[in-house]
Amino acid sequence: MPARIEPITGRYAHLALEGKPHRIYFEEAGQGIPLLCLHTAGSDARQYRAVLNDPEITRHYRVVAFDMPWHGKSSPPAGWEKEDYRLSTSSYTGLVMTVARELGLARPVVMGCSIGGRIVLNLALEHAQSLRALVGLQSAAYVERYYESAWLNHAEVHGGQASGAIAYGLMSPLSPDEHRWETVWHYMQGGPGIFTGDLYFYQVDGDLRDRIGAIDTSVCPLYMLTGEYDYSASPKDTEAAAARIRGAKVTIMKGLGHFPMSENPDAFLVYLRPVLDEIRATTA
Amino acid sequence: MLERVAELVNGDPAIVRWGRHLNDTFMVEVGDDQYLVAVRAGRIESVAKGPFVMRSWRFAIRARRECWEKFWAKVPAPGWHDLFALLRRGDVAFEGDQRVLMAYLLYVKLVLAAPRRLAP
Repeated sequence: MPARIEPITGRYAHLALEGKPHRIYFEEAGQGIPLLCLHTAGSDARQYRAVLNDPEITRHYRVVAFDMPWHGKSSPPAGWEKEDYRLSTSSYTGLVMTVARELGLARPVVMGCSIGGRIVLNLALEHAQSLRALVGLQSAAYVERYYESAWLNHAEVHGGQASGAIAYGLMSPLSPDEHRWETVWHYMQGGPGIFTGDLYFYQVDGDLRDRIGAIDTSVCPLYMLTGEYDYSASPKDTEAAAARIRGAKVTIMKGLGHFPMSENPDAFLVYLRPVLDEIRATTA
Repeated sequence: MLERVAELVNGDPAIVRWGRHLNDTFMVEVGDDQYLVAVRAGRIESVAKGPFVMRSWRFAIRARRECWEKFWAKVPAPGWHDLFALLRRGDVAFEGDQRVLMAYLLYVKLVLAAPRRLAP
């Protein structure tokens, strides 16, 4: 009996990022409006496996999900062993726009979760004219440091297990075990220091509280979807950000946590599909 | 609730495995009550209830009784389902050797969540 093969294709692209050559892994499925998906800190694009596999979405959208440098199957740049990985607002913004441009995604919809939910706010500020729409999952303008992320990259702590433990707690107790533990597994596979380096953007460099009031959703519509069990970017945090962004459309997803697309794909797709339908119907 | 955590944990290999290299004691403070949880190779050897005189622990996790009660609901409400949710609000404090806590974080989370199985 032949195996069921998913409709996802995975390929490697060579991109120059901040002047350095990179080999980036990306997956895609579907045709139509480009939908570029951004995974969370310390993880990889496997989080979007259900979106890539949803025929209702891929009927109208070319879904593309890439692994950030150092994450998943994307290599770190040559010489990585001499540096500490650290994500910044500018490097992350540049990464997303470079991927969109060089993979030929014209006026994409960009959907990001957690750090991705934060960067879409910066994309709204800096690149609204080039984007069709923005979807922030678990978006907020700021998260303070409430634990010491340096412990996640310490030779006397198993970084995989500790990162998995952090991710485990951010999910909803109502999400199915199979998908919760799959999501934990991705975290346990992350390379040393990538989670800590991403959190530098999330908790330090990427503070957008002073800037989000300038977002103009008439140029590029902004949707913000947040799972209610998220305590890192809670519904309250999302609503506080949205209150300062005229025209932002907020949906609180009941029973979901910080990784909605990965921890409970079926429940998440129920929320996502109408948003994508509305984007398709109302934007050009 | 904590008195029965040994039987819940020791009968569950899915929890014990994450603590298999832990041979130490940690303290859990529930309001005015303190518990010393002694672990050997991931199995809980004993849960002793205070008050204590001159007892050591590797790390401590302290929260008010009402916080633990909400944490131990069968299906906790958002914000009460994970220790780090309480941490962000200042409803739990971690003390002592943070390295050991972080090294065994998954084990500790699973152990401290186990009493939910006893909730009505």
